[in-house]
Amino acid sequence: MRSNRMGWGLFAPTLIILGIMGLLPFIYVLVVGFTDWNVFSATGKPEWAGANNFRRLVFDAEFLSSMGRTLLFTATVVVSELVLGFLLAHALLKDFPGKAVFRTIHALPLMVAPIAVGATWRLLTVPGFGIAPFFLERWFGIDYNIGSHASHAFVTALLMDIWHWTPFVTLTMLAGLSALPKEPMEQALVDGANRWQVLRHLTLPMMMPVIITTSFIRIMDALRIVDEVYLLTGGGPGDSTRFMGIYIFRVVMQRTDYGYGSAISLLVYYFTLVLCWMLFIALTQVGKQQE
Amino acid sequence: MQRNQTRSLLGWIGTYALWIGMTLITLLPIYWLFVVSARSRVELFGRPTLLQTTFYVQNYIKPLTNPTFQRYLTNSLIIATSNALLVAILAIFATYALSRWKLSGSDSIFFWLITNRMAPAAAFILPLYLLFTGWFRIGSTTLFDTRIGLILLYCLFNLPFAIWLMKGIMDGIPIELDEAAFVDGANIWTVLFRIIIPLAGPGIAVTVILSWVFAWNEYLFAASLTSVKARTITTGLAEFVTVTGTNWGEMAAVAFISLLPALVFLAFVQRYIVMGLTFGAVKE
Repeated sequence: MRSNRMGWGLFAPTLIILGIMGLLPFIYVLVVGFTDWNVFSATGKPEWAGANNFRRLVFDAEFLSSMGRTLLFTATVVVSELVLGFLLAHALLKDFPGKAVFRTIHALPLMVAPIAVGATWRLLTVPGFGIAPFFLERWFGIDYNIGSHASHAFVTALLMDIWHWTPFVTLTMLAGLSALPKEPMEQALVDGANRWQVLRHLTLPMMMPVIITTSFIRIMDALRIVDEVYLLTGGGPGDSTRFMGIYIFRVVMQRTDYGYGSAISLLVYYFTLVLCWMLFIALTQVGKQQE
Repeated sequence: MQRNQTRSLLGWIGTYALWIGMTLITLLPIYWLFVVSARSRVELFGRPTLLQTTFYVQNYIKPLTNPTFQRYLTNSLIIATSNALLVAILAIFATYALSRWKLSGSDSIFFWLITNRMAPAAAFILPLYLLFTGWFRIGSTTLFDTRIGLILLYCLFNLPFAIWLMKGIMDGIPIELDEAAFVDGANIWTVLFRIIIPLAGPGIAVTVILSWVFAWNEYLFAASLTSVKARTITTGLAEFVTVTGTNWGEMAAVAFISLLPALVFLAFVQRYIVMGLTFGAVKE
């Protein structure tokens, strides 16, 4: 009646679909990454090239700068979102009339398509009729133009991401904070600890699993950002918002350099894994020291 | 006593100031999107104001009566709905199997399932493009530019998420219930459809809605794996920027249409998202 075969039978469709759509492309990209395959190759077919693509990557200034830019972007948005989300979740712990409404509205950006977020922010900031350039000029005398100032475009991309994803962090932190036991904190306050000490030595260590999981998800999403930025700036002006995902998209879809594109994809994939693994080690070490 | 009252009053003022401020920041970009969608070109390039008293309905009528846009909208509806249902069914089967049988190696398989969700989408565009245009073919028909291709592909990110969400729900249904049914001679399908699915109902509903929203929102795969027939509303939205360039009013209208379903669903699932996002991490 309850044979293992039946269990595997129920599990099989999932494994087959994810094998075809997930594992197969991964193997494919693994192989193509070691070949020379682009519009200039002699036969039009992939030719074995060994590690040539990876050698080329190391000296590709365009790729390296997009990687640095992506790292700076990721570090800035993830740290800002974690801090903001934690504070906002803390502010949602106590009950007050209208809390549910505020929380629902706060969660709204989460459900909006990244591409629509890009469109929305473009309308907000577009030179000519956007309200951001108009009021920044009028109130602060700032010549705000994301079409010509590299730094303005980059900062706008940061703000857009923080607007879009802080609610996610707030909700995960809120779920974590509401599940914490209350007694240790109350006891510590009675024993004369101040609020900062309670936060630093009790709440934060207990929240570590949630903080780590949330950071992982946000880091991985921020490293692969494409849609929002593509619609906001198209990667420009110049290369000021050309992140790794957008660079891969250009190499593969516009230059049709398949071999090289695969090599970059592999590196980005590997890089994401290593970064998350290092972060995991670092955070668990911090967690241990605090105990 | 007096001082305490003043302090708590200040606390209330602070709380409301914070949340009213947050609400304004959250809603301003979406409000502006709506305002732009309600303005004609002439109004738009006049003096920018935040208030809007007229509604230029042409911005909505033109895309909604355009056959191309209608096709995009139909495609998005069909793809998101089919994918959400497919994902829910597969996730029910998979999580039931994971929770009721001790399948060898199922822990590592579960971990591998989750990593599918974490893989950077940009790294998968190229192999998927090549597979969709070349390898996956029956005769001269390929998966490229078909709805079925996107429906299957979206399982890549929705299925791991659904399994993650439903695993806890399945584990929460007492095994005695299905055992009693099996003793009474019920087969596996009766147990699944008469006992498990009704009990897991709310969780399944949330899974379906969230999968639907993720599939509806997807852009990168849809943009690179379709060309004409299977394009979705998100790719249509991007085309406004890259192809037609400057028709801002219509672009805003299309963007606004694209985020309407999300707004409607949010009210239903918001409470459950908080529950689902615990990741079981705190329980340990």
